[in-house]
Amino acid sequence: MPLILTEEQIMLQDAADGFLKENAPIAHLRRLRDSRDPDGVSRDLWRGFGEMGFSGVVIPEQDGGSGLGAVEAGVIAESLGRTLTPSPFMGSSVLAATVLKAAGSQTQKPWLGRIAAGEAILSLAVDEGPKHAPAKIAARAERSGNGFKLNGAKGFVLDGHVADALIVAAQTDEGLTLFLLDPATPGLSVERTVMVDAHNAARATLSEVQVDADAVIGAVGEGRGPLDAALTLGRACAASSLVGAGDQAFKATLDYLKTRKQFGRLIGEFQALQHRAAYLFTELELAKAATLAALQAIDAGRSDAEQAAGIAKAKAGRVAELAVQEAVQMHGGVGMTDEFDVGLFMKRVRVLNELLGDAHFHAERLARAQGF
Amino acid sequence: MADLETFRAETRDWLEANCPPECRGAAPGEAEMVWGGRNAVFPTPAHKVWLDRMAERGWTAPEWPREYGGGGLNREEAKVLASEMRRIKARPPLYSFGVWMLGPALLAFGTEEQKQRFLPPIVRGEIRWCQGYSEPGAGSDLASVQTRAVNQGDHWIVNGQKIWTSYADKADWIFCLVRTDPEAPKHLGISFVLFDMATPGVTTRPITLISGKSPFCETFFDDVRVEKENLIGTLNRGWDVAKALLAHERTMIGAMGDTGVGRPLGQVAADHLGLDEAGRLDEPLLRARIADYDIDAAAFRLAMERAGDQMKAKQAHPAIASMLKYYGSELNKRRHELAMAAGGSDALEWEGERSNDGQAARDWLRTKANSIEGGTSEVQLNIIAKHLLQLPGA
Repeated sequence: MPLILTEEQIMLQDAADGFLKENAPIAHLRRLRDSRDPDGVSRDLWRGFGEMGFSGVVIPEQDGGSGLGAVEAGVIAESLGRTLTPSPFMGSSVLAATVLKAAGSQTQKPWLGRIAAGEAILSLAVDEGPKHAPAKIAARAERSGNGFKLNGAKGFVLDGHVADALIVAAQTDEGLTLFLLDPATPGLSVERTVMVDAHNAARATLSEVQVDADAVIGAVGEGRGPLDAALTLGRACAASSLVGAGDQAFKATLDYLKTRKQFGRLIGEFQALQHRAAYLFTELELAKAATLAALQAIDAGRSDAEQAAGIAKAKAGRVAELAVQEAVQMHGGVGMTDEFDVGLFMKRVRVLNELLGDAHFHAERLARAQGF
Repeated sequence: MADLETFRAETRDWLEANCPPECRGAAPGEAEMVWGGRNAVFPTPAHKVWLDRMAERGWTAPEWPREYGGGGLNREEAKVLASEMRRIKARPPLYSFGVWMLGPALLAFGTEEQKQRFLPPIVRGEIRWCQGYSEPGAGSDLASVQTRAVNQGDHWIVNGQKIWTSYADKADWIFCLVRTDPEAPKHLGISFVLFDMATPGVTTRPITLISGKSPFCETFFDDVRVEKENLIGTLNRGWDVAKALLAHERTMIGAMGDTGVGRPLGQVAADHLGLDEAGRLDEPLLRARIADYDIDAAAFRLAMERAGDQMKAKQAHPAIASMLKYYGSELNKRRHELAMAAGGSDALEWEGERSNDGQAARDWLRTKANSIEGGTSEVQLNIIAKHLLQLPGA
């Protein structure tokens, strides 16, 4: 498989870019932020995403989705990175949809159609501490009545405060298990956490939350497989968003180098800046290659897909971090103003870097996999 | 796709049956590389068998057309061949500037007769080529070449000096930039010619590098006769050929580093330094730097693959080679710095059997040329800034 997009994928990219530019440019994010919108996300936009077939990109056609793959999901995630659009796409269309697709029961699968239509928002609650550590989930689910009683605390739950259902990962005696929860279940409290990038997240506390056995997704003790599938696709798509955000910040910087004058010359004439721009361009090309390769590996069902997604997430994270720092520095004082967009890119990249494991997390995993 | 899987299965069987055990394993040391040529040196007879078998299929130049001895494979088939060779750790049967640099330029600029004459011996490893580009006064500013070719009707007489000519003392033929019009602007008076290194008037002198080795030479031309039929491309437009060839050279240098075939650097480090109870390298800060390197090396290999796919699909900017050259050579230097740190004082030994005559240290020093040869890193960044980013005044 060549490491380039097919014609159909390029058409999808154009459609996603066009839709977002029209309906959710950066001004959309600013409006939600500045009006202190209680949801922090637009339900109308989410329905529009459904109408375009974006929300159900990886959901099978028989479940109401578009039946496409990881590369297509990455294409949309990259577009979202370019416009910084707050969207339930990552939490619902990528993470929750992958879990339900892999292990959802007949009564749970209808959620897929509602995600695909842009009607439902779902959240996946994995993280507990300040760093992503899915191997160390401490939340407990004890057998109780005909089901389970859940206790624990989750953080960085994307869209948790507006979710129509939450997927919670907790330990049982049989091992890690995934549960589908109604947010109104007694004992479950969800608190929105307003984040630096004005995108959505929440903390969820579970205190003696009683659920029936049919809340279990897949089999008891077998949550690791569907969770890993979701995390792998999530990481590759987060890498795509990082590439989108980093590339967009770089483009803005390049334009600025070609228009801003100091000392009677365009600042882009200075070799000190030229070399930094050339270096950044090169790094972005590496990040794009690693990201597309990971998405293709997932679609091909390759055994190294999980590792490829980790490499992509780490590389895209580091590169996007460099891109936004160079963007602010090369824009000078205006780069520090709230009025100018580059600061928004810096904030978003910081959040995406932390999401589903930062570069340190993935470098550590790669080292372990390589036996050192 | 089914065809490709059939090709993979057949290739796997053929390689398994035909790649001798002596020609498998981690990346070969310099002494084990087969460069071919009139005075070809083979570390074992099996190495010659491996070269001959691969050359017969054209797989020393897998993507060249069959009529010139190449393998006639498409890009996807060539990737399958490469991945199947990696799978059994098959070493390249031939290291060749003819395959990597001259061949692609001949395919683009040569006449039919020139292609017929020069390409098949390259595929078979019969003629070893060297590159006459740099001169004492023309390094980063390559178009300043002063070596003169004076018109004598059916031939030229060439006088001048080249420097950093890789393996000139071992090569059979040279592809060379000469000035055929001293009056024209510097880019417009250069021609690209081929001649036999055995021609009277050609002498070479190896240059000892900081590695103690002499992969490069000074090469002197004293009234050397060059036939006009050996002009490649148009007279005085040799810079076009030179640039196209440079793109291949840069891609080659960029790709010289970690191919992901050998033992991972972290494991090599563990051999020296040991693992702690948790199975981690016993030097946490070095371990972190190696892991970061691994991420970048993996991403770089994919960037090379993507650039190749973009070229094939005609979506690539020609200056993409500068990007690969720049990053690959800096990455290779980084790898060898880490390897030296991992080796500690073991890696400092310069002589003796234990260190294979200081291979680690000599390889480390050799990589310092990677970001100079084929155009310095700074020149590559200039090219990216000017041609890819179109920054003003670059």
